Amino acid sequence: MRELRNAIIELYRKAATSLPQDIEEGLRCSMKREGKSSSAGTALSVILENISLARETGRPLCQDTGVPVFFVKIPVGQSHRKIRQEIVSATRDATKKIPLRPNAVDILTEKNSGENTGINFPILYFEETGGERLVMDLILKGAGSENIGQLYKLPDAALKAERDLEGVRRCVLDAVVRAQGKGCPPYIIGVGVGASKDQVTMSAKVQFLRHLDDTAGNVALSRLEKKVVHDINQLGIGPMGLGGRTTALAVKIGVNHRHPASYFVDVSFMCWADRRVRMVFHMKNSTFNIQE
Amino acid sequence: MTEQDVLGLRVGEIVFLNGKIVTGRDKIHQFLCSGKKSKKEVPFDLRGTVLYHCGPLMKKTAGGFECVAGGPTTSMRLEMYEPQVISEYGLKGVMGKGGMGSATLNAMKENGCVYFQAIGGAAVYLSNRIKKVAGVWKLEEFGMTEAMWLLDVVDFPAILTMDAYGKSLHEEIEKQSSDIFKELAGLR
Repeated sequence: MRELRNAIIELYRKAATSLPQDIEEGLRCSMKREGKSSSAGTALSVILENISLARETGRPLCQDTGVPVFFVKIPVGQSHRKIRQEIVSATRDATKKIPLRPNAVDILTEKNSGENTGINFPILYFEETGGERLVMDLILKGAGSENIGQLYKLPDAALKAERDLEGVRRCVLDAVVRAQGKGCPPYIIGVGVGASKDQVTMSAKVQFLRHLDDTAGNVALSRLEKKVVHDINQLGIGPMGLGGRTTALAVKIGVNHRHPASYFVDVSFMCWADRRVRMVFHMKNSTFNIQE
Repeated sequence: MTEQDVLGLRVGEIVFLNGKIVTGRDKIHQFLCSGKKSKKEVPFDLRGTVLYHCGPLMKKTAGGFECVAGGPTTSMRLEMYEPQVISEYGLKGVMGKGGMGSATLNAMKENGCVYFQAIGGAAVYLSNRIKKVAGVWKLEEFGMTEAMWLLDVVDFPAILTMDAYGKSLHEEIEKQSSDIFKELAGLR
């Protein structure tokens, strides 16, 4: 399993030191919209230069290398326990080698473990898949954007939000107004709708695996996603909250069946430093490739 | 920074910081405001300096430390401590991201202090403007992220978003955006 461990370290390296192309492209487009002379334009030009510098020097592009969140598809017959162990070992090694900022703090002792491992840290989601390929998606989830997420229970009288897609739209807009510039906009926003708190928070997170140009399979959802981004960008919060036309690059919504009595909406935020990378590991010959 | 420097700055200006600044985030603020604290214990002179909300990623070198990545953290988490830190320790500037609330804005007006918004996430770009890591306090106890680092910065860019006259860009944008939201949602 040494090869898998090394592959995971490379996955960490790629995630921490570079941004996916679609995100960088999205930031370039917003730079054109904001113009160079505004505060927002200044912020974006520094952000774009930072992305190049990080890539060239191999340094983490943000000092907050986040909470590592793994979504892993494991081929039938492979041991989940062993793969978990490899991820934990690789996390320790990656923290030293890249380096990553140690972010795992013990709730009871307040001690930082120093190696980004601890109780349910990193966060791991496993599912089974056919074939020989292990597919590992890694998101480095910064805390600034995580802290501004909101969970809603509809109906919500203050927002006049009922149990329908219009209600969902109101929740997302409210969450963005509350967030302002605190979580490093332009944001990518993941939304989960459904029956229970854990179900919708997980759904919201999974949306971050979708590329910016990915559209929802359902027409009504896809229309809602576009409408909400459009509305968010009317709010004038702008890059880094300095005012401007680009507050969000995308909104992605996932739905689940709900209980007749429940309608939960989770709104999760990703900062512009949307560090997501996929690694495909071939179990047969222990080779791997890294994709965006 | 002197009182005069502070009073000459207005919301919207782009500034470049030069000289010594200190970092401090959750644990440092908590400590500075706790009953246990003693001003004499802080080894750096905070009077007239800029307190940077930052939990840097540092690398140990032969001669000390090198900053690998050092962008700002969200300032609003420190809102409940900052007025006391500004008035007791004589800060002239606070730097971070996302801005701060009305209690800090008032303390800035009363004590002559300003808020600089650094560019969030631009950690490599900004660490290139940290010429030297000149010292550290509470490293053993609080760890790398939460310790107070003394940094020598050169041409460190930031945008002045809260001035000593009670004006805040964050407050304005928040008000404007909630008005637009109410319109978009038919809430008035």
